[in-house]
Amino acid sequence: MIPELGHFALILALAVALVQGSLPFVGAARGDIRLMALGSTAALTQAFLVILAFAALTQAYVTSDFSVANVVANSHSAKPLLYKISGVWGNHEGSMLLWALILALFGAAVALFGSNLPDSLRARVLGVQALIGVGFLAFLLFTSNPFERVSPAPPDGNGLNPLLQDPGLAFHPPLLYLGYVGFSVTYAFAIAALLEGRVDVAWARWVRPWTLAAWCFLTCGIALGSWWAYYILGWGGFWFWDPVENASLMPWLAGTALLHSAIVVEKRDALKSWTVLLAILAFSLSLLGTFLVRSGVLTSVHAFAQDPARGLYILGFLLLVTGGGLALYAWQAPKLVSNALFQPVSREGALILNNLLLCTLAATVLLGTLYPLFLDLVTGDKVSVGPPFFNATFVPLCAPLFAALCVGPFLAWKRAEIAPALARLRIAFAVSVVAAIVAAAAIDGRATLSAIAFGFGVWLIAGSVTEFVVRARRGRLRTMTRAAIGMTISHAALGVVVLGSVATASWQVEMIRTMKPGETAQFAGYGVRLEQVAPLQGPNYIAERATLTLTDGGKPYTTLTPERRLFTVQRRQISETSIHTNLLRDLYATLGEGDATQGWTIRLYWNPLAPWIWLGAGLCALGGFVSLTDRRLRVGAPRRSRPAVQAAE
Amino acid sequence: MRRLVRVAALLLACSPAFATEPSEMLKDPALEARAREIGRALRCVVCQNQAIDDSNAEVARDMRRAVRERLAAGDRDEAVMAFMTARYGDYVLLKPPFKPGTLVLWLGGPLVLLLAGGALLLAARKRRAPEPPAPLSEEERARVDALLRRDDA
Amino acid sequence: MNRALFLLPLMMLVILAGFFGWSLLSGRDPASIGSVMIGRPAPALPFATAELKSGKPVLVNFFASWCTPCLAEHPLFMRLKEREKATIVGIAWKDKPEAARAWLARLGDPFAAVGFDQDGKLALDWGLSGVPETYLIDAKGIVRLHFRGPLTERDLGTILPLLKAGS
Repeated sequence: MIPELGHFALILALAVALVQGSLPFVGAARGDIRLMALGSTAALTQAFLVILAFAALTQAYVTSDFSVANVVANSHSAKPLLYKISGVWGNHEGSMLLWALILALFGAAVALFGSNLPDSLRARVLGVQALIGVGFLAFLLFTSNPFERVSPAPPDGNGLNPLLQDPGLAFHPPLLYLGYVGFSVTYAFAIAALLEGRVDVAWARWVRPWTLAAWCFLTCGIALGSWWAYYILGWGGFWFWDPVENASLMPWLAGTALLHSAIVVEKRDALKSWTVLLAILAFSLSLLGTFLVRSGVLTSVHAFAQDPARGLYILGFLLLVTGGGLALYAWQAPKLVSNALFQPVSREGALILNNLLLCTLAATVLLGTLYPLFLDLVTGDKVSVGPPFFNATFVPLCAPLFAALCVGPFLAWKRAEIAPALARLRIAFAVSVVAAIVAAAAIDGRATLSAIAFGFGVWLIAGSVTEFVVRARRGRLRTMTRAAIGMTISHAALGVVVLGSVATASWQVEMIRTMKPGETAQFAGYGVRLEQVAPLQGPNYIAERATLTLTDGGKPYTTLTPERRLFTVQRRQISETSIHTNLLRDLYATLGEGDATQGWTIRLYWNPLAPWIWLGAGLCALGGFVSLTDRRLRVGAPRRSRPAVQAAE
Repeated sequence: MRRLVRVAALLLACSPAFATEPSEMLKDPALEARAREIGRALRCVVCQNQAIDDSNAEVARDMRRAVRERLAAGDRDEAVMAFMTARYGDYVLLKPPFKPGTLVLWLGGPLVLLLAGGALLLAARKRRAPEPPAPLSEEERARVDALLRRDDA
Repeated sequence: MNRALFLLPLMMLVILAGFFGWSLLSGRDPASIGSVMIGRPAPALPFATAELKSGKPVLVNFFASWCTPCLAEHPLFMRLKEREKATIVGIAWKDKPEAARAWLARLGDPFAAVGFDQDGKLALDWGLSGVPETYLIDAKGIVRLHFRGPLTERDLGTILPLLKAGS
């Protein structure tokens, strides 16, 4: 009964979305306040209905209702409760429902918090939002109904992919979707602005919190995914340039560029059409990621069950959303002129350079991800584009970006001098050069490139700190906006991420050897002893658990307990790593194959600064959240009375 | 159907983690280090986007062993790579070779940067060219700036 | 000029979508890795030199007794041998010789010669990625076709003409 209710709620939600996607537009065109207000009511109703549907599916999972096909295919009665719940979105249908849910929630948020928006703009934003919702709800109902029943109901389910039965991966998709779908609001704002033919300072301020929120969630989502890969894949790698990872990186890069270009619109009323384009692209790249994961055009470790029919639907939807947006853009954007003049060396110029580099990075990732597909279709040749390619193309492009990142905040708007800005960064530069030299000297000379990269990480932190100190010295600390503080945090945090990734990738220490219980070894300055390998019974798996004691100078230091789990339902083996961290390095252990007579394969890694990767990513998102609390965004109901000020230059 | 079978086989073969085993490793640490380096640059032909160094598929194991045999026999790194591409094609190289078919791949990014950067510079120059007939005096500029600032606040 | 610039993103999207549509509609298998062996002389098979030099097209099949898809394609090979008089060479990959022999004894042996590749070295020379895989060698000893995964009825359509062409 409840699954049918959920299904019915979805159908109703589709009907409501259709209303929300049509009448408010009419209202906005005619200036009919009642029709425009309908948008908000409909958005709230739609959100309520999708929540209902989502709750219905969750209920089926929690109670292990095996008369629902989706539950049978992805759940099992012996699964822990957390994974019964996360199983809801651990499959194609459920994750699409989660997508629709977040989309509806964002729509409701616009309706609730958008009281400062002009009626017509809000109506149009909600209308666009609803049209996207129609696409997803129809997709769910017509191709991927999560509420389908099976008869007779089997006694138990097939279980969830063991790789997904992990706390990190339980929350990774919701965060990622909050990011992807958050960009739909930005997209809706862009489309509404194009429809109105008006992009100005006020618009930029209204869009900013939504972009920021989406960007923060996406940052967290990507970081969580990377952390999961780090501890599940068993050798301490944290980024693999897999198509699915790339699919999440592209909207992040576009979103980061958007955050920066929107500042130019907000402060200087310039770069309007470019910012609108980025707003469209950020969401389009999110949709592209969904398409790549679900259509089966690319292979990936993480891909969902692939189905060309669904692929065609999403492709059509992608074409409609992106193509519609870009066509409207081609038609309307030329009208968005800006008269704000500025010199190439200026804050505006620096932000344009930032956008240029970020977009080149995104283009590089896009090309690398899709090239095997292009080449195969055109010539039939098979190539692989893997980490070494991206290390050779993506990483060098980061150098100018990072170099310029610390200089930009010192440049004045409109026209600036580069020399004084550089003079202020003298100390920061000296510190980073010393750091690079120390890194090169401490580790063998072969790692010079890594040492330079390490220097860049220090530069980012030192440069951001310098900027903060200069401000503080001028006595501007008290008037410093939260947005500025957020910027400093995020920029410095990027440096933390760089330090963590460079150190882990370049200076990892590894030990792979066969050990028998009682055997000892030396590793990274610690004494290691394999105490025992004992069998273990988990809720839905059986495991072997090794106990490794580490001693430091003869004194007990810590115990690592890596496991090898065999999930009985799927008959898949998963390695459960054991990590000891002191925030400066991780000691990382995995248990490989073996038995009592031959001994077990033990892998130990010393990953310097590894925790900084995720610490930095968290800080980066925190900077975004701090910026989100800026007074101007909370109170700031910018009125759209004055005509755009034309700067005289 | 064939595809389904293959996918199922892949899932069984490619659970992550268990890769290079101690028993496979070479005694000579320098040679072993080279073998690991090569192993990270070669793609497993069964798994998706995994290097043979971190794949536990049977073929990946054979490939790792072959790499070590070639190295022990005195082959240079390039010769080992050539040995693999002769059998599996460019597909096994995680870093695609620079050749006509991959020109767009390698040069696409830099080209975007050059074209867009060049266009921006041109636009900046064009914008600067027609100087306004009567440039503002310092005093006027200060006034305008003050007005603008007031407006922003 | 400016107008065209604003159309650029749309045009790029159309190109991109064109590729995606092409890929989806062509039924391309993204997991296929192809084979560079096609068009090249077949690598040596020490146990089947006579078969490969017979001047007739030869099918080379890598199989294993532990491999379920191999079970699925086995009847096709029996048919090819009995009805089409095809010369088929089998190589048991990563399999104990006794197990492979027992498997063939139980299901029927379609092979003119059987080799054993326990350590997978032979397979590496053929660019194998797993079992089952099948190659067609023409009368001149050149590899013409390669099939990854079990052979199906449909594949016979491409195999039979080439088999007949040489003999």
